[in-house]
Amino acid sequence: MTTTSTGTPARVVDFDDAVARFDPVMGLEVHVELSTATKMFCGCATTFGADPNTQVCPVCLGLPGALPVVNEGAVESAVRIGLALNCRIADWCRFARKNYFYPDMPKNFQTSQYDEPIAFDGYLDVEIPGAGDSGEPPEVFRVEIERAHMEEDTGKSTHVGTSGRIHGADYSLVDYNRAGIPLIEIVTKPITGAGERAPEVARAYVGALRDLLRALGVSDVRMEQGSLRCDANLSLRPRDDAAQQSVPFGTRTETKNVNSLRSVERAVRYEICRHAAVLDAGQAVVQETRHWHEDTGITTAGRPKSDADDYRYFPEPDLVPVSPSAEWVEGLRATLPEPPAQRRRRLQQDWGYSDLEMRDVVNAGAVEVIEDTVAAGATPAGARKWWTGELARRANAEGREVTDFGVTPAHVAELDGMVGEGRLNDSMARQVLEGVLAGEGTPTEVADARGLRMVRDDSALEEAVDAAIAASPDVADKVRGGKVQAAGALIGQVMKQMKGQADAARARELILERLSPPE
Amino acid sequence: MSAITRDDVAHVAMLARISLSEDELDRLAGQLDQIVDWVGQVNQVAAADVPPMSHPLPLTNVTRPDEVRPALTAEQALAGAPEAEQQRFAVPRILDED
Repeated sequence: MTTTSTGTPARVVDFDDAVARFDPVMGLEVHVELSTATKMFCGCATTFGADPNTQVCPVCLGLPGALPVVNEGAVESAVRIGLALNCRIADWCRFARKNYFYPDMPKNFQTSQYDEPIAFDGYLDVEIPGAGDSGEPPEVFRVEIERAHMEEDTGKSTHVGTSGRIHGADYSLVDYNRAGIPLIEIVTKPITGAGERAPEVARAYVGALRDLLRALGVSDVRMEQGSLRCDANLSLRPRDDAAQQSVPFGTRTETKNVNSLRSVERAVRYEICRHAAVLDAGQAVVQETRHWHEDTGITTAGRPKSDADDYRYFPEPDLVPVSPSAEWVEGLRATLPEPPAQRRRRLQQDWGYSDLEMRDVVNAGAVEVIEDTVAAGATPAGARKWWTGELARRANAEGREVTDFGVTPAHVAELDGMVGEGRLNDSMARQVLEGVLAGEGTPTEVADARGLRMVRDDSALEEAVDAAIAASPDVADKVRGGKVQAAGALIGQVMKQMKGQADAARARELILERLSPPE
Repeated sequence: MSAITRDDVAHVAMLARISLSEDELDRLAGQLDQIVDWVGQVNQVAAADVPPMSHPLPLTNVTRPDEVRPALTAEQALAGAPEAEQQRFAVPRILDED
């Protein structure tokens, strides 16, 4: 079997060409870290960013004799996630040991679930933009869920270079604060039939899952902090439009480290192009993990599947089975939030947004934050304008979230209020937002510190208007003669004189009053 | 009936990172085979309607509330580590990073 080489950029074929001849099949595995206060099997805290090895105990360090006990909050979250994904909930299931040797897992096994997941056989309907360039309603694509099971996260290792102390060799440093944090792994069934829209479906699925988990309140779902992680499996099979269902799946690769919605789409797209090139060359796709590189937009070969991938799963003898009662499950079903798609339609109506405006809001991941901003007193139009403007541009450019820049719903509501009251004009409000982004304080503090305030006192404005007219008699004559658009030059002078701190609309009114032809 | 072959032992030893000599492989294959046979005797008394069990206790749903309990200090956690640096466990080089 021929293998593709590691390191050198792989050959790829054009995407349109690839999907014209091959049918992509995807399988998405999403790991979500639960936002429980404690770990899955011990009472250690789960705070992100704590000092290394300060949230550890004999259980999560795998010390001899330590016994795990299941976190009831984590089981509750797992059941609620399963229900929200339209899954069946197991009436009895066990944990299993997944045995492997790796320093990030000090017990030498991960406590997971194997053939008895707590939730299985569900689906999630996701929306992708209409096929045309504009106007078409979104298409709904159903992604079938194979299972959602409970497990635990691993520790975090940091590599140290060749100058290390351990006999001059390279070594790694491990922090076990993350080891044992509850994870839910959500696995789709093979996603077929998406064709050339497969990359968009992958992105929409992870996005819809993120919205759903956020609405459930079970996780921070911050992809950049790793509390939501996606592995994308992909294979291609030749297109046979007459009998596609009976064409067997090709060999798959599993791309790891795909940690933003945009990357999910790009990584799937890249692997489609790469697989097509391998198959075109008459070679076999190697079953292996691939690493996604955000900066270059390519994947490189990771570990091939080997004999060592034999995890010898067996039921965890230190834990007793989990058996959720039907009454408890039905009680939890009653706590499920409104499904995100339905909620978006309701909010769009409440806020009076057009389809296009709502699409921008959804793409910016700003639905929740706008809801909070409106609740804090902003107008829906103002909330949308600020969150989908500069903040969304910046978030998109940096692969981050609009809420990552220190600007809060309360800030935006305050800013919107200052514009509404006429204290700030639009350009001042932008400067205030810049100040808030730079960490200079709340909008009011920034406006005060920078001396930004529209002059409401007409006498100062009138003086400036008179000065501008006196300084440009020829322009004034044009306006008098009926060329109203010439007033723009005068407004510019007035705003300059007022150092931008005036209401341009009021200045225009005053200029036109002064220069109106005699009755 | 021989269930455990010499190759099985070599494979499991590789997975468990245990180095075994040729003699040990031969000896362990025989011994493990015998153990499997003994345990297999359970099958003679357990009828098809007796499900496999992983646990002798008739318990389910043993859980604890989601409440933080005191952790070890980093000093205590690292006390048994052969090597530590920057308040972290130092381990031989590993391939993947995350």
